[in-house]
Amino acid sequence: MTILKKSKGFWLSIVVALIFFGIMQFFIANGMLNPFYINTLMFIGINIMLATSLHLIIGITGQFSIGHAGFLAVGAYASAVMTMKLEFPFIVAVLAGGIFAAVAGMVIGIPSLRLKGDYLAIATLGFGEIVRIILLNIEYVGGASGMQVSHLTTWPWVFACVMITVIVIRNFTNSTHGRACISVREDETAADAMGINTTYYKVAAFVIGAFFAGVAGSLYAHNFYIIQPSNFGFLKSFDILIFVVLGGLGSLSGSVLAAILLTIVTTFLQDYPETRMIIYSLVLILMMIFRPQGLMGTREITALFTHKKTKGDQKDGSHNTVA
Amino acid sequence: MELIQQLVNGVSLGSIYALIALGYTMVYGIVKLINFAHGDVFMVGSFVGFYAITVMDLSFIPALLLSMVTCAIFGVLIERIAYKPLRNATRIAALITAIGVSLLIENGLIYVRGAQPEAYPNNVLPMDKLDIFGVSISSQSILILSVSIILMIILQFVVHKTKIGKAMRAVSFDSEAAKLMGINVNNTISATFAIGSALAGAAGVIFGIYYIKIEPLMGVLPGLKAFVAAVLGGIGIIPGAMVGGLLLGIIEALVSAAGYSLWRDGVAFIVLIFILIFLPQGLFGKNRREKV
Amino acid sequence: MEATIPLLKVDSAGIRFGGLKAVSAVNVELFPGELVGLIGPNGAGKTTFFNLLTGVYVPTEGTITLNGENLKKLPPYKITRKGISRTFQNIRLFSELSVIDNVKVAYHSLAKHTIVGSIFRLPGHFSGESDMDEKALEFLRIFNLDHFKDEKAKNLPYGQQRRLEIARALAANPKLLLLDEPAAGMNPHETEELMNLIAFIRKEFNLTVLLIEHDMSLVMGVCERIYVLDHGQLIAHGKPEEIRNDPKVIEAYLGEEVS
Repeated sequence: MTILKKSKGFWLSIVVALIFFGIMQFFIANGMLNPFYINTLMFIGINIMLATSLHLIIGITGQFSIGHAGFLAVGAYASAVMTMKLEFPFIVAVLAGGIFAAVAGMVIGIPSLRLKGDYLAIATLGFGEIVRIILLNIEYVGGASGMQVSHLTTWPWVFACVMITVIVIRNFTNSTHGRACISVREDETAADAMGINTTYYKVAAFVIGAFFAGVAGSLYAHNFYIIQPSNFGFLKSFDILIFVVLGGLGSLSGSVLAAILLTIVTTFLQDYPETRMIIYSLVLILMMIFRPQGLMGTREITALFTHKKTKGDQKDGSHNTVA
Repeated sequence: MELIQQLVNGVSLGSIYALIALGYTMVYGIVKLINFAHGDVFMVGSFVGFYAITVMDLSFIPALLLSMVTCAIFGVLIERIAYKPLRNATRIAALITAIGVSLLIENGLIYVRGAQPEAYPNNVLPMDKLDIFGVSISSQSILILSVSIILMIILQFVVHKTKIGKAMRAVSFDSEAAKLMGINVNNTISATFAIGSALAGAAGVIFGIYYIKIEPLMGVLPGLKAFVAAVLGGIGIIPGAMVGGLLLGIIEALVSAAGYSLWRDGVAFIVLIFILIFLPQGLFGKNRREKV
Repeated sequence: MEATIPLLKVDSAGIRFGGLKAVSAVNVELFPGELVGLIGPNGAGKTTFFNLLTGVYVPTEGTITLNGENLKKLPPYKITRKGISRTFQNIRLFSELSVIDNVKVAYHSLAKHTIVGSIFRLPGHFSGESDMDEKALEFLRIFNLDHFKDEKAKNLPYGQQRRLEIARALAANPKLLLLDEPAAGMNPHETEELMNLIAFIRKEFNLTVLLIEHDMSLVMGVCERIYVLDHGQLIAHGKPEEIRNDPKVIEAYLGEEVS
């Protein structure tokens, strides 16, 4: 079947990931991995979810959203309330985190119907800040001092959620619905004129993206022992943005790679936060000046396996200047 | 009377927002870029003023001028190094760069001098209480307001009566046509950054004197709020930024007065989202539609 | 053929931006199967008129009906689904998408598989997608673009981009096709090819075509009827030879190049 052939690289990556999961699980189960590395592993997973969910909103649908930490916060707090206050099982909390964030995604998706580009960016940033300020003012969730959360997130949980996130986003993207989103990114007026309900797809991208950010938030909350509104400021949003930009706007595997790479860098520079931020910011600036398409451009790493011709990328569109 | 007091506070805060908002609006008007680093220029201005007063022992006016000049140079450097190579890039690329520059300035300063706050000496300006119709107003508020107003008047003069002001208006109207008419677009853009940054520097010094405490991340929130003010007034429109700034300051003061001071920082963003949805062109803006 | 019911009926439609009347009191009737030209000097409001028909702008006066159905206040994507599809004066392809994907986007509204179906890769997804693949490829063959199918749209030569835009518009399954200066920037040979193609698809797909064109001779050659717009108002309409000799039209074009 041609469909299987086309996605050979993808399935290969899944197999590689499963093997990796098995090895790590073996190490963890046998106490061969110290807590520091386990924690890094969890962080990588959570960051992959955040990166790929934002990738769907920015990279695929072209809605420049820089308030992703807001969804993370909604998911984290919703799930923490579920387990700590209402004593629901973890799985319910994880789903609730996703659903609450998805609702928030719909709320922020609706203004996006009227806003474009930098205006949307500022509005989403404002949304993230509003979420943070609201949490700061709710005594029920501890206000500024935050909430105690028990440690429930485990490596199999993280791995399963990452897999689901990546596969769902990939399946969505590689379908007529994903193409509809890309058409919105490429030219909204033309997409509209081709019968695409652009409103619907923008909101859909926000809802799906926010859902997985919320799930990531659930895992995030239950990986720490405490969550506070200050964990979810716009610096957190920028961190997530950097994954997507560095990976290449429009490349799923690029976001995954960037999330892995930068989480490792962050872990090593944990004691030097300014140095880390200086490196991040320089990377952002230099990247925009010299390689604005990011590490991967819009390509996928699986294209390397399938040897597909990608001559389109080198030609640089020099043809379309005849007029 | 409490209310009037709060209004006075609001106007003082608002005039600081207005000074920062002017830079946002001018830069946006001319290169269509939300200069995220603008709030950090404000912060740098505040620190320059602090060192000028404490280390160099300057009085208010010289410190203000020094801060303005330093920020003007700083703003032009940012523009030339980071933004100029991106003149023809996508809006998103430019915005990401601006975020990068902002993070770089903040963390660069933390790296150099640490994250600890500083306190402005409280004897820079006389601290008399004036009694006006039963409302006691500090002479500081009045001085700050006067300085802001004078700067805004100077700006109006520069924009409307001088050659560089004319060039700025021409470039913001149509940079291609301006270029054809022999206007040096690059210099005009630099001049815009210089003027906007100088105003942010002045706002930084005034902020320090009024609120005492300054620190490397102090520019972020006022910067964002000033942007809200610029959008509120209609981005790209100079009087709009002034009115937007004052209005936002007053709104915040009223929210505090009503007993919701913890929500104060959220109000600006709620205003922003409402404005963007219901009046995207701002109070003073004209409705522009995309060409199809 | 004029005896039948009109497919499109524009009844004294117009739009004003602020105080400026961009288009006003335009009456147009298009009958099934016609190829009609819309001409006028630069800035006459031709593209604005297209934008009115496709819902990009909402008319501030008058009504537009398609097959007797009022299109007022429908968003563009719904109007497209009702059967009006268009191309743009300044090519608007999805430049990062492949040629075939550009066409598939236009098929989207006909797709039966849902988001959930695609996410979970239910059987409907596979049949729906391969269906689209086949149909899109068929279209590309008609337009001689099939050997470029995996190329990014932005890498096509200019003339091919124009053709792809028409292919994409056709894939949306219109009854009425609006072409906004389809021959702009083409050489005479390409233009002639394009005109043959338009004639072909019109028969093949049973289309009504409304064509904006700057090149008068071209419009005169292929169109059965012509509407002339100047300063936002219709100043003439009729058969090509009537238009050619209409003093108002000549006056409107005076100073303009009548090539």
